[in-house]
Amino acid sequence: MRAIFPRQALSIAERLRDAGWIAFVALVLGVPMIGLTTVDAGNKLVVHTRLPLLMEFVAACFLGRLALRFSLDKFAQRKIERQAQEARRTVQIPARSTLPLIKWLGWWLLGAALVLPLMFSGNRYVVDTATTVLIYVMLGWGLNVVVGLAGLLDLGYVAFYAVGAYAYALLSTQFGWGFWQSLPVAGGLAAFFGLALGWPTLRLRGDYLAIVTLGFGEIIRIILVNWTELSGGPNGIASIPRPSFFGLPFQAPSDDGVQTFAGFFGLEYSPGQRVIFLYYLILLLALLTNLFVTRMRRLPVGRAWEAIREDEIACKALGINVVTVKLSAFALGAMLGGLAGVFFAARQGFISPESFVFSESATILAIVVLGGMGSQLGVVLASLVLVLLPEIGRDFAEYRMLLFGMAMILIMVWRPGGLLVRREPAIMAPAPMQARP
Amino acid sequence: MNMLEISGVHTHYGHVHALKGVDLVVRSGEIVTLIGANGAGKSTLMMTLFGVPHLSSGRIVFEGEDISGLKAHQISRRGIALVPEGRRIFPRMTVLENLQMGAAMSPAAHFGPDLERMFALFPVLEERLLQRAGTLSGGEQQMLAIARALMARPKLLLLDEPSLGLAPLYIRRVFDIIGELNRDHGMTILLVEQNAHHALRVAHRGLVLQQGKVVLEGNGQELLANPAVRAAYLEADQ
Repeated sequence: MRAIFPRQALSIAERLRDAGWIAFVALVLGVPMIGLTTVDAGNKLVVHTRLPLLMEFVAACFLGRLALRFSLDKFAQRKIERQAQEARRTVQIPARSTLPLIKWLGWWLLGAALVLPLMFSGNRYVVDTATTVLIYVMLGWGLNVVVGLAGLLDLGYVAFYAVGAYAYALLSTQFGWGFWQSLPVAGGLAAFFGLALGWPTLRLRGDYLAIVTLGFGEIIRIILVNWTELSGGPNGIASIPRPSFFGLPFQAPSDDGVQTFAGFFGLEYSPGQRVIFLYYLILLLALLTNLFVTRMRRLPVGRAWEAIREDEIACKALGINVVTVKLSAFALGAMLGGLAGVFFAARQGFISPESFVFSESATILAIVVLGGMGSQLGVVLASLVLVLLPEIGRDFAEYRMLLFGMAMILIMVWRPGGLLVRREPAIMAPAPMQARP
Repeated sequence: MNMLEISGVHTHYGHVHALKGVDLVVRSGEIVTLIGANGAGKSTLMMTLFGVPHLSSGRIVFEGEDISGLKAHQISRRGIALVPEGRRIFPRMTVLENLQMGAAMSPAAHFGPDLERMFALFPVLEERLLQRAGTLSGGEQQMLAIARALMARPKLLLLDEPSLGLAPLYIRRVFDIIGELNRDHGMTILLVEQNAHHALRVAHRGLVLQQGKVVLEGNGQELLANPAVRAAYLEADQ
């Protein structure tokens, strides 16, 4: 179609009108956000106007829109030319599907993740941030099963994260369970909640499913806020025990005879040891998650998830029980979210419903979408972007979220399908003998 | 022996009465073609066989067992495979993965030999094995859809408009393969088509469906020669 109706280049008047319209929107938005400010004069607030700044902002939007429009047009034109060129070429698409570069990037990232705490052992902030990244990586991998592979849009994923976190918090503070004991129980409980959400929503898809899952996430959060006897309500649960290293706690040596990690290994005690231990713990959990999900993808059930995303009717016609396949995706995704929740509770030592609001679900979903649905490495890259960008943006204080939003928009303009769009086939072996179903 | 017996089947889509008492028999080892205009209920009949939607009354008996109350995946596991209308391959999965999905319910030991058989029937699939199925041409996708259904080793193969939207060369190829499957492999086939000309030629028997009812029945050649059929389904094609 494009070749038949080449897009007309916009005239200068049209460009100016377009930019003028954007500048008007900027003005309307800018008056309350930039034009007016409050200044603390003595003991009361006084409203001041900032006209020059507002004018600068509007002018920047005007010029920015002109530039953006211009470069987008250029982009589109280049794309059309490229498509035309490709159409002329009749080259076979190479069967090799994994770009060596991407594979290399994955191994490089893994290596970097392994040595990171050694390089920055003195810098708690770096290790802490990296731990946060890894929590999101794990959550992203879990949600990827539901959204990326099975194609079930879940906006309430944070509910399972919360179930895992509260399960560990309650088991440890009320019954004195350890981290490793609680892990499978909390994971199982989260999986059960996954089934509880999956069962009634089996017939729903797309937008409708999204709405129900959104509601489910809120239900869990509201229960946590209001069921004070169980969850402590808005006050949350505090003094959750930290995980220990095979029974050796991370604490300063004391006289009561408790063998500590530092004491056992004859090291000088430092609080950084626990931070590094937590980092390696989540790295291990995340890697196990990745291994697990990639293995599942090679099994029939994993392929069935993707097949359901592609075409549910065809799946039914092939004898696949859509109900069990969908429920397994929900349960598995929920379980992984729950495991991440256990870690979260153990790391923070304190949890409250505030950690499990909708924006968390949105962030995790953004990681999956931004990474490229179904791509494991994409989730890692997207987690890096989504966690690190706001961190880097701290220097920009109140403009931080603005920059963050802009970066997200730019990425989606640049790569509409996510950072890594290419789907890697689960099976590469062409020989029939090797490729068993 | 009757492999499939459909008797007095009514199907409703909400208030729409799509099938109004269809009777149909498919005997073991034959090709039966169902022709009819758009909206006659051909695809509805196919889907009703698969339990989506469930029939409102009547009976469907497959190899002596009433399957009308079963769910789609249970019906498929009895040995009926459907090549759905519009092919419905899994576009973002590779050709190999599509075939694996077809074999999802059969024993692993079948897979290797079955794959070899499919390559013999459809050499193009071997060439494109690791290519994303969505990048195949329409005709190749139809081959893949048929191969995917055959991977389950069905006793009865249902084909819903396999020639839809294909180039003439591929239409001929598809019908050649249908004939070959029946002749050389003894496959029982129920075929739904708008392309009456080809579909009746390959069939042992044909039925004409009109507004949810079977209005004519006969062997393929008879129907091809029938003036009413010619007027309604053939002249317009030519």
